[in-house]
Amino acid sequence: MGYANFLYMKEELSLVAVIVILLLYDIFGSQKSLRYFQPVACVLLLVHTLVNLLPSGEAVAFGGMYHNTPIGNIVKSILSFGTLLVFMQAGNWLQSEKIIIRRGEFYVVTLSTLLGMYFMISAGHFLMYFIGIELASIPTATLVAYDKYRNKSAEAAAKYILSAVFASGLSLYGLSLIYGTTGSLYFTDVPAKLDGSPIQLMAFAFFFVGLGFKLSLVPFHQWTPDTYEGAPTSVTAYLSVISKGSAAFVLMALLFKVFAPLVKEWQAILYGIIILTITLANIFAIRQQNIKRFFAYSSISQAGYIMLGVIGGNALGMTGLVYYVLVYMLSNLAAFGVISIVEHRSGKVTIDDYNGLYATNPRLSVVMMLALFSLAGIPPFAGFFSKFFIFAAAAEQGFYVLVFIALLNTIISLYYYLRIVKAMFINKSDAPIAGFTSDAYTRVSLLVCSLGILLLGIASCVYENIGRFSFGM
Amino acid sequence: MNILSLFVLIPVLTLCGLLLCKGDNIRQIRTIVATGASLLLVLAVGLVIAFLNERAGGNNADMLFTANAVWYEPLNIHYSVGVDGISVLMLLLSAIIVFTGTFASWKMPFQQKEYFIWFYLLSVGVFGFFISLDLFTMFMFYEVALIPMYLLIGVWGSGKKEYAAMKLTLMLMGGSALLLVGILGIYFHSAGAGSPLTMNITEIAKSSVMPVELQRWFFPLTFIGFGVLGALFPFHTWSPDGHASAPTAVSMLHAGVLMKLGGYGCFRVAIFLMPEAARELSWIFIILTGVSVVYGAYSAIVQTDLKYINAYSSVSHCGLVLFAILMLNQTAMTGAVLQMLSHGLMTALFFALIGMIYGRTHTRDIREMGGLMKVIPFLGACYVIAGLASLGLPGLSGFVAEMSVFVGAFQETDTFHRIFTIIACTSIVITAVYILRVVGKLLYGGIVNEHHLELTDAVWYERFSVIVLIVAIAGIGLAPLWLSNVIQDSLVPVLNQLNF
Repeated sequence: MGYANFLYMKEELSLVAVIVILLLYDIFGSQKSLRYFQPVACVLLLVHTLVNLLPSGEAVAFGGMYHNTPIGNIVKSILSFGTLLVFMQAGNWLQSEKIIIRRGEFYVVTLSTLLGMYFMISAGHFLMYFIGIELASIPTATLVAYDKYRNKSAEAAAKYILSAVFASGLSLYGLSLIYGTTGSLYFTDVPAKLDGSPIQLMAFAFFFVGLGFKLSLVPFHQWTPDTYEGAPTSVTAYLSVISKGSAAFVLMALLFKVFAPLVKEWQAILYGIIILTITLANIFAIRQQNIKRFFAYSSISQAGYIMLGVIGGNALGMTGLVYYVLVYMLSNLAAFGVISIVEHRSGKVTIDDYNGLYATNPRLSVVMMLALFSLAGIPPFAGFFSKFFIFAAAAEQGFYVLVFIALLNTIISLYYYLRIVKAMFINKSDAPIAGFTSDAYTRVSLLVCSLGILLLGIASCVYENIGRFSFGM
Repeated sequence: MNILSLFVLIPVLTLCGLLLCKGDNIRQIRTIVATGASLLLVLAVGLVIAFLNERAGGNNADMLFTANAVWYEPLNIHYSVGVDGISVLMLLLSAIIVFTGTFASWKMPFQQKEYFIWFYLLSVGVFGFFISLDLFTMFMFYEVALIPMYLLIGVWGSGKKEYAAMKLTLMLMGGSALLLVGILGIYFHSAGAGSPLTMNITEIAKSSVMPVELQRWFFPLTFIGFGVLGALFPFHTWSPDGHASAPTAVSMLHAGVLMKLGGYGCFRVAIFLMPEAARELSWIFIILTGVSVVYGAYSAIVQTDLKYINAYSSVSHCGLVLFAILMLNQTAMTGAVLQMLSHGLMTALFFALIGMIYGRTHTRDIREMGGLMKVIPFLGACYVIAGLASLGLPGLSGFVAEMSVFVGAFQETDTFHRIFTIIACTSIVITAVYILRVVGKLLYGGIVNEHHLELTDAVWYERFSVIVLIVAIAGIGLAPLWLSNVIQDSLVPVLNQLNF
């Protein structure tokens, strides 16, 4: 084995370096110096993101276990950038009384899950993929349970870990069936041996559950609302965008590369799942009162939209999906940034609490409105473009009916997104959330998100650059 | 810099200017919006003159002042603009209404800055829509124009404003959902095998490769999609509630211009790009629009709220626009465009006057008002003029428009078209009934409420916006010939498509 192989893994290695530095800092840093944990973590992650941006070609290492692709690199950069934004928003919460002694762990554990996602993305072998998904799942449960003195947080973690373990058990069973019928777990060898026999279809279905759970597609979504509600808001934000984004990309890459021979079958499965996911999630979202539960259902339905990029199996879909993940990430993090700071300063988390927010906190309300409009797909915000591209990708393959159903669902989603806009701008409140100034980190992160929402659609270069590296089946 | 791009740039700059100024500095806000609105009006008038000069100079291209820049290369999406006679007139209409609307909302009770920000975002969408030649940008601007309505009605509206705002937004978004499927369908069948797909309307029309079987699916989607905004029966129900609840200038802009987006889109996209299906399926929509025309007029008779009356009358008049377009012949389509202009100005005038009357009497119920002509003669006289234009008095715009529409409709000689033309014609009489009823109750007779004796007549900015509108209405009525020449030139490509 040549050690030169490690050089291909520059993203993973630099991330490991960041993790190790932060871990040592957490252990050996003096109480006084630990005050600077947030800036240090943010700067290190920023450096790591910038290193990621350096171009690197396609590379296969360790006999095919590790497979690096340019588009994978782009996704990794997006994810680490998103994690950076989450870190910037998490500062407030980590300063609170009961959490402050454990603040270092938050960064380390979060980055570990990010590392797991990196391995998922660059896997060339199902075992590698499985290790990645486990590394991404199990530490997440500890993140969900971070506010362990709050019953809801502990409950959410229990629900999350039980569902996660169950899903990965099923997934592993599926993988074992794949190994049994094809005799290999290498992504390059499996497709040739896939013939669509019933046992392989069963294997695929089981395998699908694992990622369906992470993406919280209906019917694997039951954990989502409870976990999102109970988890600390920054963790919810992380779960809803980073974890979901990585799973969406990996699912797409695997379906395109490995399960290409079963394309008719997985398209049929996805067709049903997309309709179910979008419709059910939208219907449930209408009646939510807690804003985090609300965003849980909203993110389930967004996952359904993301899958529209997969179903066509075309390069347009891959570009659309990655772009969608980027835009969705910025929009959702903008929303969660607002929710997080509002919750921290006022302790309020229901939609009714947001009544009259514009009168007291106009800037936060505008950011929230941008995020909601972007999520609903209203131009000129980026969400409109990402939705359009995803619809175009599905329509290119003739899925007009599906696109139509998805579009009808955007009307329902517009209704519930407008509910919050209405609360903030139209409704009056006797006891509005008092005006406050946010800390600098939150402000910068919200500014970045808002700029992204405003500019990503207008500036076509982002989409075109992603498109350059995309591939279809 | 392309002259057309200025139509988007000026509202955007106005918007940015508003974002920068302080919310309580009303003087500054008014300066900015007045400048923006005046510039737009000057620009629109300049464009009309430039357009006429070009045409007089023998420039016979379908689209003038074109500009083209690649935007999203992988999908071949361009920022592509250009105008023909019809869009020039629509731009002029929009500019007039944005201008008068700005002055009509000179005194907003609260949050003036935010109000104008949304108002100008709305106008970005409107202007952008009319200059676009690319389906994607067209659709984008269309949606840009929809969403500000929610907040404009929801925050500054009156009556059942939240219900109306939500209903309007959701129904129009529903329309655009249909529309998007239609647009995607057109895009993926825009070019023959081997040549790149395109979003450019003129190029798609040139290649015309979409098979009829597919047109049969995508034509209704596109037509209904735009038709929802054009108050096509049975998708018109957002209009009365929305217009009644919206603040004055928003009603003006919405009924005056936004509803025209529907008619213009049906014409420019649905019929132009899918002519075979348009011929085949026009009968369905003729029935629906026929219902719109008559039903809208009958509903207006029984309403007692001034805004509802006018909103239902808009349903009727906009139904007539779509009805005329569906006749698919030159005279009727010319009439349709004239009707769009005429109705746009007329309804804006109506809503402006209603807003001013409401601002004084604090009621819009015609049963609680009477004899107002004696106390506010200026507004009363203007209301009468608007009413006469609406019922088609010769010399005003309504007459010219309806005349061309019905003459064109009678050119289709088969029984089906005859029957529906006659049915639609009855709306003229019904219109007279509801207009005269309102004018009689509102302006003449004895004073119903004593407090109304103390009302004051219009102030300068009110007079200003009303007079601009009346001049425009009379202008169309007195000199319709140059207008119909401009329109007819631009109809040629569409008619060529229809005769295949």
